Amino acid sequence: MNVAASLTRPELVCPAGTPAALRTAVEAGADAVYCGFRDETNARNFPGLNFSPQELTDSIRFAHDHGSKVLVAINTFPRAGAETLWHEAVARAEGAGADAVILADLGLVAHAAAKHPNLRLHLSVQAAASNPDVIRFWADTFGIKRVVLPRVLTVPEIASINAEIPCETEVFVFGGLCVMAEGRCSLSSHATGKSPNMNGVCSPPSHVLYKEEGEDLVAKLGDFTIDRTPKGVAAPYPTLCKGRFTAGDYAGHVFEDPVSLDAAQLIPPLIDAGVTAFKIEGRQRSRAYTQAVVAAFRKAIDDHMAGRPIASDMTKRLAEGQTTTAGAYKKTWR
Amino acid sequence: MTATAPALVMGSVLFNWPVDTLADFFAHVADEVDVDRVHVGEVVCSKREPFFADRLPEVIERLQRGGKTVVVDTLALVTLKRERQLVADLAALDGVEIEINDLSPLAALEPGRRFAVSPLVNVYNEGTLGFLAARGAWSVCLPPELPMASVAALAAAGARLGVETQVFAFGRLPLAISGRCYHARIHGLAKDSCRYVCAEDPDGLEVDTLDGEAFLAINGVQTMSQDCATVIGETDALLAAGVNAFRLSPQTGDMKAVAATFRDRLAGRIDDTEALARLAAADLKVPLGPSMTSRAWTPANAPTRA
Repeated sequence: MNVAASLTRPELVCPAGTPAALRTAVEAGADAVYCGFRDETNARNFPGLNFSPQELTDSIRFAHDHGSKVLVAINTFPRAGAETLWHEAVARAEGAGADAVILADLGLVAHAAAKHPNLRLHLSVQAAASNPDVIRFWADTFGIKRVVLPRVLTVPEIASINAEIPCETEVFVFGGLCVMAEGRCSLSSHATGKSPNMNGVCSPPSHVLYKEEGEDLVAKLGDFTIDRTPKGVAAPYPTLCKGRFTAGDYAGHVFEDPVSLDAAQLIPPLIDAGVTAFKIEGRQRSRAYTQAVVAAFRKAIDDHMAGRPIASDMTKRLAEGQTTTAGAYKKTWR
Repeated sequence: MTATAPALVMGSVLFNWPVDTLADFFAHVADEVDVDRVHVGEVVCSKREPFFADRLPEVIERLQRGGKTVVVDTLALVTLKRERQLVADLAALDGVEIEINDLSPLAALEPGRRFAVSPLVNVYNEGTLGFLAARGAWSVCLPPELPMASVAALAAAGARLGVETQVFAFGRLPLAISGRCYHARIHGLAKDSCRYVCAEDPDGLEVDTLDGEAFLAINGVQTMSQDCATVIGETDALLAAGVNAFRLSPQTGDMKAVAATFRDRLAGRIDDTEALARLAAADLKVPLGPSMTSRAWTPANAPTRA
């Protein structure tokens, strides 16, 4: 019997840093696209990215016309004394016709649940809801409909969470990999004064400096050397937790190798674990990248649902020469 | 003299200290260290928790006899069944204050049950503070990355809500928590077979850049600042902003001297220069550095050199 055929079709949730990328993702087969406003309310607050209110309205109309949903990420932690900016973002997202907002902050979730009772609420990965008890708290208290799970859980742990909670789960399957529990990391803040939680940026380009020293290219973040590579070798972007450091007798990647997440082969067990939606990271990536990754995962999910195997090499070229990992989904990663 | 002097709080020991060292430390704190409140319980790693569990009741009693309010901490990252059970058991404890280190305990706490909130919980704004206060929070230690303007806004909100505003005033800053154990990783081990190598580093293990710059420290699944960050030099501004409690996070060294220094500085009996000089003489194994709150000084222009 074809087990896959009896399953609910999972939702493919794809990144869009710009209106053009949103159209690309929709046309490449995204069931849902997530994006954010062009300000500090979203966790990809990079120059040249994101949506004005009008662009969001127009993009949602386009997505809906093509049968796709739009989820609006308002997933930084509102600044004390300035919560109105985040409250307005939630109201604007609802006004623009968003299918859901993705929130991380307790106070903002409480506000949205009270003031926007008809707006569907998803809990951002930045809230790091890592067990059934806390997920039930969010769902029971605020009516959260879906939780994006932090990247600290194994597949069996995800299965046992899904068995105990009253809402949907979404997991990351491809792209950048946080090594720390998301939303609970101030490393970028420590090195640069700018953080994911407060400013929507991690290891921001504004604080990156590449410098030639003798035969080496030094990649710095703020005042700190994050990596050092011989000239002529491709220098990695100095993301803090992917850098090389020394600790005791150890020298190397203390936190994580410069790898990205690829859980394409885990789609079947993750569906069996009860996951509703698969998320691709990368709102900061190019349209070409978005098109290729979305199309590949569209095919992978469709193949699986049709009872065909997922091609083992489908994501190899997408990782752009980077090494990939299944991350915390495999217990040995810890 | 104000009617209510700021509270001095000894935070939980975040490192993997041997059981007897830990028991001796708490006995010393109970009898000799001038703090109002003492936190106990494992925050960082559930694998460390069983070793001290039997000693906890006697330690709590000893601290209470010493006139200290005792607060029991919950785990920072809760995923395993055993970890969930630990949190549920703590939430059901009577006769002792508890501090939450993530939101998991909210599911188990009876409505109206008092709790304190640790700096590992994301309290960035008045909305979050208000929600937690309505649920029973009576004290919130703010995340170390908050700038002074946020500290002031939250302290003002806390005053309105009757919630104590606490800052992380001394110790290696807790910067991140992970599912992965870095101590195990750099020893070529996995978390499940870690051999408790984190116990080799009672102040955490220094992480330096390839150019030898002091950068971070690892403590099992936790990443910290390498500096022992202190708000000495900012206490007047913090008090003026309405902060009414200061947390000292235990490091190896003379924590009695650290507590006495803060007590004297907060009471205005000594100035910043003397306070920093006394901290520098407290037999710490970790270099002092500024907090993230104001970035008001750096080791290069520290008050002692002024």
